[in-house]
Amino acid sequence: MVTLADDLQPLHHPKTWIGKYVWSQDHKVIAIQYSLTAVAIGLVALVLSVLMRLQLGFPGSIPWIQPDNYLQFVSMHGMIMVVYLLTALLLGGFGNYLIPLMVGARDMVFPFVNMLSYWVYLLSVIVLVAGFFVPGGATGAGWTLYPPQAITEGTPGYQWGIVTMLVSLAIFIVAFTMGGLNYVTTVLQARCKGMTMMRMPLSVWGIFIAAIMGLLAFPALFVAAIMMLFDHLAGTSFFMPTIFSMGQISDTEGGNPILFQHLFWFFGHPEVYIVALPAFGIVSDLISVHARRNIFGYRMMVWAIVIIGGLSFVVWAHHMYVSGMNPYFGFFFAISTLIIAVPTAIKVYNWLLTLWRGDIHLRVPMLFAIAFIFTFIHGGLTGLFLGNVSVDVPLSDTMFVVGHFHMVMGVSPVLVIFGAIYHWYPKITGRMYNKTLGQMHFWFTFLGTYATYLPMHYIGVLGVPRRYYALGDTSFIPDSVSTANAGITIAAIIVFVAQALFFINLTWSYFRGKKADPNPWGASSLEWLTPDTPPTHGNWGEKLPTVHRWAYDYSVPNAERDFIPQNEPPSNEPPS
Amino acid sequence: MPVAIVIAALVVGSVLFHLVSPWWQTPIASNWSSLDVALDVTLWICGLAFIVLNLFLAYVVWRYRHREGHRAHYEPENASLEKTLTFWTAVGIVGMLTPGLAAWAKYVNVPQDAAMVEAVGQQWQWTYRYPGPDGVLGAAGVMHITPDNSLGLDPTDPFGRDDKIIESSEMRLPLDKPVKLLLRSKDVLHDFYVPEFRAKMDLVPGIVTYFWMTPTVAGDFGILCAELCGVGHHEMRGNVVVEPQAAFDEWLSEQITFGEILEQASPASRSEMFATADVCVGTSIWSNP
Repeated sequence: MVTLADDLQPLHHPKTWIGKYVWSQDHKVIAIQYSLTAVAIGLVALVLSVLMRLQLGFPGSIPWIQPDNYLQFVSMHGMIMVVYLLTALLLGGFGNYLIPLMVGARDMVFPFVNMLSYWVYLLSVIVLVAGFFVPGGATGAGWTLYPPQAITEGTPGYQWGIVTMLVSLAIFIVAFTMGGLNYVTTVLQARCKGMTMMRMPLSVWGIFIAAIMGLLAFPALFVAAIMMLFDHLAGTSFFMPTIFSMGQISDTEGGNPILFQHLFWFFGHPEVYIVALPAFGIVSDLISVHARRNIFGYRMMVWAIVIIGGLSFVVWAHHMYVSGMNPYFGFFFAISTLIIAVPTAIKVYNWLLTLWRGDIHLRVPMLFAIAFIFTFIHGGLTGLFLGNVSVDVPLSDTMFVVGHFHMVMGVSPVLVIFGAIYHWYPKITGRMYNKTLGQMHFWFTFLGTYATYLPMHYIGVLGVPRRYYALGDTSFIPDSVSTANAGITIAAIIVFVAQALFFINLTWSYFRGKKADPNPWGASSLEWLTPDTPPTHGNWGEKLPTVHRWAYDYSVPNAERDFIPQNEPPSNEPPS
Repeated sequence: MPVAIVIAALVVGSVLFHLVSPWWQTPIASNWSSLDVALDVTLWICGLAFIVLNLFLAYVVWRYRHREGHRAHYEPENASLEKTLTFWTAVGIVGMLTPGLAAWAKYVNVPQDAAMVEAVGQQWQWTYRYPGPDGVLGAAGVMHITPDNSLGLDPTDPFGRDDKIIESSEMRLPLDKPVKLLLRSKDVLHDFYVPEFRAKMDLVPGIVTYFWMTPTVAGDFGILCAELCGVGHHEMRGNVVVEPQAAFDEWLSEQITFGEILEQASPASRSEMFATADVCVGTSIWSNP
């Protein structure tokens, strides 16, 4: 039987510029489209975060930042970062680029749907941005959008901002579903000859499991968004009890705000791992390639990804320990949450053990990977505080939470994304990045983000609450907290400005960079073995590759070179 | 090479920061030292893991940095090493969960003798209610709210007549007496948060939530809202004065009861209050088009 991967029917190459770069069905072009859009909207979120920090570090320094637009910045920053940047970039960007190349396919199995996925995603971003311009402005309900406040007076954007947000999310989920089905199907159906599941690079495993999780988790957000739209526009009461708001008794009755929280976090917690698992996978490959060493405990790494993916669906209510749900749930969710630390810790150990006895080349992608290990250990461990139900009670809704989730799902995945962009840049563009600029970008980003988030944990333990426009005169908060806040803001601004190095480097190198070797790092996985660099439409020229080994044959004893490409046949052909 | 030194320096720096930073928990003023113990145990175990793992990272990056002629060691897996590490991780997890769940078991079990006090949140202020001599809070709901009945007590419920209504942002609690705080919101989510008490809980419109604690230190503590509730979220403040039982009793006796409010109200206001009791299902879009 002929599988899709071996489909030798002639590819229809696009003839026009528009067919090649706009309405493109090539997974690589779609990946770039996804990535550029995600980074563009991510820059908006970055600017919002600086505005927030200016208000917190130097209160009143920018007179037009008021409580209402401050909360709008908080909400839009959070949602953009989690959904429109990280999810879109890791799955739509890296998933699209890497899956077909790494499993030896010519493209995604549904190229047209794949194209549609991007354009629907772009629409969701446009609707999201439209929220800034509707009457009343964007929603200021926090990225969690909790009702009733999301749709009642007293919250910025309760009129139309919340509508654009919910509609945009619904559109995004449509886009994600088209993309996600593609990623899962391509991994299952379009692997080249010899590419068994257990020979796939961990990047593909991470993205594959994350895509499955997204397909299962996003529907919960989708129904929550539709139900809240009904509550807001059609007078239903899914999440709305009778309330007395702004001097009036509402027309709603019998709804339950906590129901929304369950639906939201049933999506929201898997979402953390939808972002984390692709990052875990990608960083495994960066570490292995640049340490010239096989990934340590490959099978355990695969199973850890699968187990984390499964467990992440039964931990959601650890976001709700003080939500007013039945407090006895705390026992179950604390145990399930801390159990998930075991497979996660195994991944950390195996990254460390991959470096151990390696031959570590400290190139820019590797620097980012090492920094990721550090920040992820930090962010993962503070997660144990918040998962351990009774430790969470004093810490919930404080700056400790802000510090924790920024370390674990802000800084850590972003470091991996930077490392991955530097790592694959030579393949994607055919040019080398500038090493010095890359190193400078690394140091500012790594040290700057740690200086930003470490102190946040401490003022959070003190009790400083999150989502506060101003701390005002609060008896338990000493003046030194303002100093901390000012310092955090300065560090954040340095990180913000330093990102210019990244964009300058990538843009300059695209035109002027040194021509790249097709396989500059000496990597074994298939994406480095394409006949053209950058790979052309169809990826593999005349003949699809055949895989003979796993993706991690680095420094094999007695081998001629310190890596053996996946498509190289065994030398002495022993009957296996 | 610099990165190995920097990682090691960050570990040392983080520990130093922890030791010299002026920001740590406020002095505890309630019985919830068990929550602090759980936090301390978690901190020690996680702190140890942070130091060991990152110093190992720094060592490995330095020790196995690329040098001419050096080649990596090929070893796909090492089952016994992985099993050992998994085992010790599990031990650490159990070590953290044990004090954590033990404290939680206390948190969810309200003592029989805990006095009831109600805190009511609305955008963006706190009000309170104490039971009268019957020790019971009368029925209440937002459908009963009128200008003179701001907490929405059911005027037909006899248990509510002796309830003390505190329409000020200050509440008081007797020292060393367990109290069950019943939390009710009129409009959106809020969260009753006094850092010194450690305990906190969301207020959810439509239901009554609760937590319990025993204030153990006399003093005046600020109440904050810890759940985003709109543009005035950061200004939703109250305070709680913890004082000996005698002083507390005296203060409480000076507070107005719901029965007194009913008596003092004008006839029009009274009939408005009682009118709310007739609409027993509240106002829905169906009954009030």
